[in-house]
Amino acid sequence: MEFLYASEILLNGLMAGVMYSLVALGFVLIYKASGVFNYAQGVLALFAAMTLVGIMEGRVPFAHLLGAVFGIHVSSFGWTVPGAVAILLTALVMVGVAIAIEKLVLKHLVGQEPIILFMATIGLAWFLEGLGDVMWGADVKVLDVGLPQGISETVETLTNDWLGYGFFIDRLDIWAAMIAAVLVAALVGFSQYTKQGRAMRAVADDHQAALSVGISLQFIWIMVWSIAGFVALVAGIMWGTKSGVQFSLSLIALKALPVLMLGGFTSIPGAIVGGLIIGMGEKLFEYFIGPMVGGATENWFAYVLALIFLVFRPQGLFGERIIERV
Amino acid sequence: MTEELTPDGRRIGDVLMDLKNITLRFGGVTAIKDISFNIREGEIRAIIGPNGAGKSSMLNVISGFYVPQEGEIRFRGERRGPMRPYEVARLGIARTFQNIALFDGMSVLDNIMTGRLNMMKAPIWSQALWWGRAEREEVENREQVEKIIDFLEIQNIRKTPVGRLPYGLKKRVELARALAAEPKILLLDEPMAGMNVEEKEDMCRFILDVNDEFGTTIALIEHDMGVVMDLSDRVVVMDYGRKIGDGTPDEVRNNPEVISAYLGVAHE
Repeated sequence: MEFLYASEILLNGLMAGVMYSLVALGFVLIYKASGVFNYAQGVLALFAAMTLVGIMEGRVPFAHLLGAVFGIHVSSFGWTVPGAVAILLTALVMVGVAIAIEKLVLKHLVGQEPIILFMATIGLAWFLEGLGDVMWGADVKVLDVGLPQGISETVETLTNDWLGYGFFIDRLDIWAAMIAAVLVAALVGFSQYTKQGRAMRAVADDHQAALSVGISLQFIWIMVWSIAGFVALVAGIMWGTKSGVQFSLSLIALKALPVLMLGGFTSIPGAIVGGLIIGMGEKLFEYFIGPMVGGATENWFAYVLALIFLVFRPQGLFGERIIERV
Repeated sequence: MTEELTPDGRRIGDVLMDLKNITLRFGGVTAIKDISFNIREGEIRAIIGPNGAGKSSMLNVISGFYVPQEGEIRFRGERRGPMRPYEVARLGIARTFQNIALFDGMSVLDNIMTGRLNMMKAPIWSQALWWGRAEREEVENREQVEKIIDFLEIQNIRKTPVGRLPYGLKKRVELARALAAEPKILLLDEPMAGMNVEEKEDMCRFILDVNDEFGTTIALIEHDMGVVMDLSDRVVVMDYGRKIGDGTPDEVRNNPEVISAYLGVAHE
């Protein structure tokens, strides 16, 4: 029974890990394409989730602003939009955000040091956070696009029949895992085998060289930020459904950091494996070692694990080897 | 069609690119001052001059990295408006860089394949699934790239990440990537800079072979006078942003202005 209970914890850890991976994926994409750590990725997820809720509930964007400036007091269009349509519309909004980011920020920073681009993403994060609040209001929103939630009875009865012990697994987690799997397969196929994917890797490596073989930096950046926006949307849906859409959603980015250190900043499969290891490790550590040190290990375990990894394998599990010729 | 034969029997055709009265300024500094010259099909055209003469700026104008304030560029008879570098590349003008710009994280093969990115036209889903048109295209492109790899004798490093290669080989990979695009004009920015004698000889041989075998028109910048005179069909000489000579290596060698720019003149 002890063993079965541990396995259940393990499974739940894996599921939680998938959620971390979803966030980490967005970071990896931008990092691969521009060599920049995109500080705004978490806020991008928050913004996507806010927009999704706003569209679904038929909220009027900038309602407060309209009221304050023009004296027009409308907060709702009076309709609701079905989840699938709203997701599509939000995806379009994220493409719009990508285009705006390219035109207003990245375009002016061609050839700059990565640290400059990193600073730009910090600015972007706060700007987007504010924009989200102004557009859709700062209240805590409930997101329900129709994903199944609650304990899966199928899994419980099945495991009960086979093992004599019912596993408690959240249906949302199962869905998250499946969606993540599809997303990763698509992204890997895209970046490894398509011309656009190759161009993306080329741009990440050297701007001048990419231009000289006929790659448009503008197009690649818009494309990558759109994809990152879409991944953020998926992460936003999952996390938003789980714990509501509010500012703290953007902090899930912090959970992605150790995942990236573990899996490597440049590897899509790395983001997945890293997420799984951290999710699993966190839960098992809490279960076995937690009671000895007074619990609450989940807050720091991931970071300690990542630090240990940094010492022995700075490029992460799947990251590109850092080659330095002297 | 005006066609001439060079002394060693190669063919030089019509004017492929015509640059007229090009002036390029950076703020108050005039890097290129009212320069006109042309590049003809099938030739090896060199641009030489002392340090700071504006040679690299000239190459950057041709490849679209700099846009001149004045002047006109005609490519295959058509006037070329201000273009971005990637648009120029798509016209069929490939280049290498003085300081080597390769994709360090990718293998030699992948680097060279990027030279053919714009020749892949299959729809994205086909590429992602490796099916149908994309597969045929990939195979065709790969064959072309393998030919170039054989040609430049870099078979043994095909799978090596470029970051690990020594300088001379990197230069050769860069040449391979530019060649992979099957360019109408190949621009080489100091292809022999920083090489030892043996590497220089190899590079010289490759440049001549490329011109000979593929009939590629080549425009190159070089510091080393001796190398240039052996390699090129016609030479433009620049000094302080002006053109001070233009002609065959022999003509240029005997031009007093060129001699003074390179060797200095005794002032009485």
